[in-house]
Amino acid sequence: MTRLLSIVLTGLSTGSIYALVALGFVLLYKAAGVVNFAHGSLLLLGAYVTARTWETVGFPAAVALGVLTGAGAGLVVQRLLADPMRDAAPVALAIMTIGVDIVLGTELSRRMGPDIVVLGHPWGGAAVRLGEVAVPANRVIALGVAALIIAAFLLAFRFTGWGVAMRAAAEDPEAAALVGVRVRRVVTTSWVLAGGLAVVAGIFLAGSPTPGLSPAVGLVALRALPAAILGGLDSTTGALVGGLIVGVAESLAAGYQDELAVFGRGSGEVVPYIVMIAVLLVRPAGLFGTRAAGRV
Amino acid sequence: MSERIRATAGWVAIGLAVLVPPYYLDEFWLRLGFSVAAAGVGAIGLTLLTGTAGQLSLAHAFFLGVGAVTYCVLAAPSDGDRVGLGLPTPVAAVAGAVLAGLAGLAFSPIAARLRHIYLGIASIALVLIGQHVLNVAAPLTGGFNGRRTPGLVGDTVTVIAQVPFGEYEKLWYIGGTALVLAAAFARNLVAGRVGRALILVRDSEPAAAAVGIPVQSYKALAFVLSSMYAGLAGVLYAVAIGSVAPQSFALDVSVLYLVMIVIGGLGSVGGAIAGAAVVTALPVLLQEYAADLPFLAEPGSGGITASHAARYAFGIAVIAVVLVRARGLNGLRLRQTPPGSIHEPSPPPARRRGDHRRHPERVQRESQHTELRPDR
Repeated sequence: MTRLLSIVLTGLSTGSIYALVALGFVLLYKAAGVVNFAHGSLLLLGAYVTARTWETVGFPAAVALGVLTGAGAGLVVQRLLADPMRDAAPVALAIMTIGVDIVLGTELSRRMGPDIVVLGHPWGGAAVRLGEVAVPANRVIALGVAALIIAAFLLAFRFTGWGVAMRAAAEDPEAAALVGVRVRRVVTTSWVLAGGLAVVAGIFLAGSPTPGLSPAVGLVALRALPAAILGGLDSTTGALVGGLIVGVAESLAAGYQDELAVFGRGSGEVVPYIVMIAVLLVRPAGLFGTRAAGRV
Repeated sequence: MSERIRATAGWVAIGLAVLVPPYYLDEFWLRLGFSVAAAGVGAIGLTLLTGTAGQLSLAHAFFLGVGAVTYCVLAAPSDGDRVGLGLPTPVAAVAGAVLAGLAGLAFSPIAARLRHIYLGIASIALVLIGQHVLNVAAPLTGGFNGRRTPGLVGDTVTVIAQVPFGEYEKLWYIGGTALVLAAAFARNLVAGRVGRALILVRDSEPAAAAVGIPVQSYKALAFVLSSMYAGLAGVLYAVAIGSVAPQSFALDVSVLYLVMIVIGGLGSVGGAIAGAAVVTALPVLLQEYAADLPFLAEPGSGGITASHAARYAFGIAVIAVVLVRARGLNGLRLRQTPPGSIHEPSPPPARRRGDHRRHPERVQRESQHTELRPDR
């Protein structure tokens, strides 16, 4: 029982980080119709800036710098590349982000080399004990921060002018533009926010129990993609639920890997994808996604 | 020049390009040529799926892996802890392509139901599951360290016109033949009835369904064909690199195949081959001539090595191609008609997000404009 509880807790905390990354995917897809394959590189870029600066400016300022870098990189990609081709098909935009990912990913992994860079979290490798269950403090804080950020987003979507503009632009960009929503500004904001969110997730991902920042951390964005997909690419609730499902499923597979030995060691890594395929077979647009009209 | 003379001249040129080089080139170039041919076969398969049928797929590395492992298992002689059936290598090579096709068929119920971007992401799943299987199923795949690929041809040397024909000369011919056949088949397919149906499916599924094209079956067909091409490419690739290991079939490989077909021009068979040549040869050539290129650093020094430089070039090329072509031609419709086709350009696509900025007539005029090329 203790084991199950600890596995589920770990899964929820990982899942909340996935949910943050998935939220970035969903924001961009809703506002701009882009699936951003460069998300992992943006995440890595911000976390790398934090890792390189915390010794001189202190951890909080370094986090701020990292998040700003991620957001700024999102802005640059939008202004320089995504905006000039805003009329293009979604697949063309996705291919463009793959190009960005190749360049940025290569540069970052070249700079990092084979070393693992430490991010200097003040809470280090401390663990929080809940009864008999011990969870790394880093993950508990991540859970809290992710819950706060996601709650803030859900509230903002509902109650702020920006949220309404965002939903209107996602629903029908033409009609939104006609009633005075500045669609381009909404798109820019979502690039900036998605970049920032990815870095927040990256900073927690590079903390305990992970030893530090390495190019492999960027691959986590690939694990958050199934989270976004199985929840439905155009649903914020979906991102949250998808993230948690992926986190818990992965943690269960890792926790019970002795029982799952038939599938071989490390099957936890593929579980998110198997869950995603299973969901897509039943619901091709994800759990909460809107079904595309004009099905044939 | 009349059409027929041009076609004949083209075939003669292709024939010479395949037949002559082994008489003059040394092993380095012949090996590189074989690698290019292997990648070219795979890229043609992907351009059929992504360019012609409009389905973005990142699963190509998985199907390469299926082909490669099948070939190894069937062709290798059995030894202690590795399964091997010791079949003749041509049989094993064909079986590799067929089994990859079957794997594609197994995934096609999912592939055919998902649209555009959902398929792109779902297909990543195949690559990662494939990685897991490659790592775990050690008796078949050799596990993390991989297994050696049995050679496609023996190492006996035949002397023709005082030129010794060893393994690499023979591989050059095999690769060249496979590439020419693969390209000819793809061109005929795209120019014919099936190709036109696939293009209509890409441009508008409702329109395709309305004229009686079974959309799901055609999408599944494109997927299966593309995975067979990938399977054959996987066999050749495994022979070219000499071993089969998980990292040879990672997501990165899928991305590079996408780079090939994007920089070559989506939907173009010749472009796919050109893209395959650039993507395969550039890192190798940069490495070979690294000493003469002052901006390249030694691997491990933290500077920009040949492979880094090649990857920057690929990334920038992809961005540039998509950026330049998407503006004029509305997204993925980089080519209005299949190469060699004499038909009218397909109708403008259904209105997409943001299409209100472009007047339909203007789009139409632009697409006609691209038809007015001097070579037509």
